Amino acid sequence: MTRHRRRPVRAAIASALLPFLAIGAAAAVEPREMLADPALEARAREISRGLRCVVCQNESIDESHADLARDLRRLVRERLAAGDSDGEVTRYVVSRYGDFVLLKPPLKASTYALWFGPLVILAAGAVAVAVYFRRQAAPASAAGAPTGAPPSAASTTPLSAEEERRLARLLDRETDPSRVDEGHRP
Amino acid sequence: MAQALASPASRSRLIYVLPVALFLGLAAYFWIGLGKNPHDLPSTLIDQPVPAFALPPIAGREHGLTAADLRGQVSLVNVFGSWCAACRIEHPFLMRLKSDNVVPIHGINWREKDRDAGPQWLKRHGDPYTRIGDDPDSRAAIAFGVTGAPETFIVDRQGTIRYKHVGPITPEVWTGTLAPIVARLRTE
Repeated sequence: MTRHRRRPVRAAIASALLPFLAIGAAAAVEPREMLADPALEARAREISRGLRCVVCQNESIDESHADLARDLRRLVRERLAAGDSDGEVTRYVVSRYGDFVLLKPPLKASTYALWFGPLVILAAGAVAVAVYFRRQAAPASAAGAPTGAPPSAASTTPLSAEEERRLARLLDRETDPSRVDEGHRP
Repeated sequence: MAQALASPASRSRLIYVLPVALFLGLAAYFWIGLGKNPHDLPSTLIDQPVPAFALPPIAGREHGLTAADLRGQVSLVNVFGSWCAACRIEHPFLMRLKSDNVVPIHGINWREKDRDAGPQWLKRHGDPYTRIGDDPDSRAAIAFGVTGAPETFIVDRQGTIRYKHVGPITPEVWTGTLAPIVARLRTE
């Protein structure tokens, strides 16, 4: 795994070089490798971009300068020229090297965790958040009522006389600005 | 009443714990995957018939190597090249297997840029191979799913690939892994 350090200068240089990297990547296909038919060549490029170079692993065979990548590019073109469909070419390479050569993992039973795992976690998290807020809105319902009364009973119990007086005082203070700071004056 | 309280309470905790547990589970699963060596690729060709291929001989030899040559007896198919440093390491051991007449070893001389490089290398270090196919542009190598050299395949009597070893064959690899497989395949 790569360790990222926060170095703004390095990051700036890296991002400045990025466009050149992209040009360099495209240049891995040498002119003499290319097919005369532009449509076929475009298909070959598209297929090559999806196939991992098994030597340098984080590059596609379209970007890689490894000898094996070059040989694979030629194989892709030969098969296309011989009339194979895009799927047939890709399937041939997968039959030799396994799913690993596909830069985009295929959707199948062994990759469900990869494709759906994060979505499942997100959904479970969303449910948990929703449940949390619903319980916040009705805190008494979760606790249950020991008397057997309906769960909402606690929130609708009439205020006692003392509570009524305190509430009136608080409301009164809020609506009458002259009394608000009374208690806080030095 | 305690019973009645326990169930909603534990359920309420479960709903918060579940997403975290799922995340940790998935993270652990992927973390273990990241720790594996990405160069140890499982071969898709195990228990598959050898791919159809027909390689010409290298300079100075009469016979090349074809899929048909790999039928009839248990054999090794060794991918090598004069440019490959690790091939030089296993070479003395391959010579020993040859002189002890242990098992036929066929060679795929992979990606020699110069047609004479392979034969010269074999002249210098010895030639343990029964048959050698010349594969300058990876045709057979790709068909065998080769990612680097040396790689060695064990092929059974029916011409089916039964094992793939990546890297040099050391005496330990031979006695520990490859020899038992060869012995087992011979009794089949």
